[in-house]
Amino acid sequence: MWIEWTIATKFLREGKAQSTLIFVGISVGVAVIVFLIALITGLQSNIIDRTLGTQAHIKIQPPQERNLILAPDKASTHLVLESKRAQRLRSINNWQEVRDALDTTPQIKAVSPVIAGPAFVRRGEAAQSITLNGIDAMRYSRIIPIQNVIVAGVYRTGAGNALIGTQLANDLGLRLGDKLRIDGGQNRESIVSVAGIFEFGVRELDSRHVYVDMRQAQSLLNLPGAATTIDVTVDDIFAAQTVAAGIARRTGLKAESWMETNAQLMNALRSQSLSTQMISTFVALSVALGIASVLSVSVVQRTREIGILRAMGARQQQMLRVFLIQGALLGLAGSLLGGIAGYGLVGMFNMFGATLFYIPLNPWLLVAATGLATITGIFSAALPARRAAALDPVEAIRHG
Amino acid sequence: MAENHAGQEVLLLQELRKSYNVGKPTEVEVLHGLNLRLQRHDFAALVGASGSGKSTLLNVIGLLDKPTAGEIFLLGEPTRNMDDARRTKLRGSAIGFVFQFHHLIQAFSVLENVLMPLMVASGKPAREQLERARDLLSQVGLEGFDQRKPDQLSGGQQQRVAVARALVTRPSLILADEPTGNLDSKSASEVFQLLRKFNREFGCAVLLVTHDSRLSEQCDRTITLVDGAIANDTRHG
Repeated sequence: MWIEWTIATKFLREGKAQSTLIFVGISVGVAVIVFLIALITGLQSNIIDRTLGTQAHIKIQPPQERNLILAPDKASTHLVLESKRAQRLRSINNWQEVRDALDTTPQIKAVSPVIAGPAFVRRGEAAQSITLNGIDAMRYSRIIPIQNVIVAGVYRTGAGNALIGTQLANDLGLRLGDKLRIDGGQNRESIVSVAGIFEFGVRELDSRHVYVDMRQAQSLLNLPGAATTIDVTVDDIFAAQTVAAGIARRTGLKAESWMETNAQLMNALRSQSLSTQMISTFVALSVALGIASVLSVSVVQRTREIGILRAMGARQQQMLRVFLIQGALLGLAGSLLGGIAGYGLVGMFNMFGATLFYIPLNPWLLVAATGLATITGIFSAALPARRAAALDPVEAIRHG
Repeated sequence: MAENHAGQEVLLLQELRKSYNVGKPTEVEVLHGLNLRLQRHDFAALVGASGSGKSTLLNVIGLLDKPTAGEIFLLGEPTRNMDDARRTKLRGSAIGFVFQFHHLIQAFSVLENVLMPLMVASGKPAREQLERARDLLSQVGLEGFDQRKPDQLSGGQQQRVAVARALVTRPSLILADEPTGNLDSKSASEVFQLLRKFNREFGCAVLLVTHDSRLSEQCDRTITLVDGAIANDTRHG
């Protein structure tokens, strides 16, 4: 291989202008791909982080209540007019066992039973409808880290304490330590004090969610010992769907992953990924065609030299390798510079661009881009290389 | 001739034929059943009018082109049915080419050009091979030109590099296609004398295509090709 390397590098060095042009071309292409992929990956993980920051990856709920309809006799036909049943707030049967089973299930990071239902909060004359969430503070903190968004007070729900959002605090004029009355309907009321105020930055959550201890919520919602939902987080967020399906199969409960709940978002992310892939593919394709055309021209320019080398005893395989190496070298060198340039662009974006989000720099992206560009270089060189190898030395020397 | 040892015989052509456009209406036979034998130390001129088939013959002998019929024995080996890899290997080791135009490779230095046949055969040159190449360069009067690029030399100097390159593998046969055709008479004479010298010193057979009757007269043997057939094969002196 030594002589092939030597000839390849000398040829590249001799055709300096040509090599430089295609080198810059490859670099620009790779820089665009690297920057684009880093940007979109960063953007998407940011969006997902924000979305999942306020919701569980999987929500497990009791199955919907259905009307039971008797099967008709074989000989008769029944026409049924069915009005669907109203779904009352119900507990998950044996939720403690489900919780314990999920605790030991691989792929699942955290499990937290929740009892959630509608309620009102009152202060003086003012009333607000809310979602009352009874949580196990320890477990819940691993599902949604409310402790990180507490702006006043502490993350504590036990013993008559409640956590409310900044918006609700504002609407009702509540401050830390203030009392408020929670009305679960049917004359079930209790008075709690504000132990902490949180701010997710999502209006709906900050104005409508109130967190109390599970027992308190159970008595307010008249479901003693109940949990209406089990929230689950998983190790791989994109495996949530499969994990949810597995849970549904094992427990017979309704398990909904964040991907189903956020179908619109997923759709948007998927379209974005698709467009990124398409742009990358077409840029890569034009880079490949660039390499192929430059090397094709080089084969024509070097026809005579190829003929001489063949007359000197160079084998066809050697000529083939000379041009494959040129393709590989162009791909490698171009992608190294392009990768660095792409990273530079990402760095500049992080430093000077919109500070809405930060693009993480993944070194594997550089490795992958370099590897792929090198392989692309070799593949692009295949056609010109085969032409070079197939040249008839007599013709090559005569007409080159 | 029959008394010659096989070891002395470099090249043997038997009923060699070469046609172009075989099987097409435009098929034309360029070489019509040639028989030829070259021994070690032979220094033969191949003469003939343009179109008489000299270059074709040289290409076929040099294993750059395949004959349509007949056989070529190179160092006693039949070559007609060899695959490309074996032909290339034999070509690289047994034959040295000197072309009308020097055909050096610009990307490489003078020394690397001389070493090229060795490098394509066995990679990075060994110390002994480097010595040999330098020695050849000094023998062709180009000592100290090692690292120059071919385009920094005159036409005559370039052709002398080409002669050194042809000899670096210590071939048994040198094929020279009008090596002096493009040179002034002084350079032409120098290149011719070099071929002559190496023929005497190394014993390699030389087949030299030329239009120059003064050169062909200085050869030991003149083979005249007329319309693709050997019309005359005379030895002088």
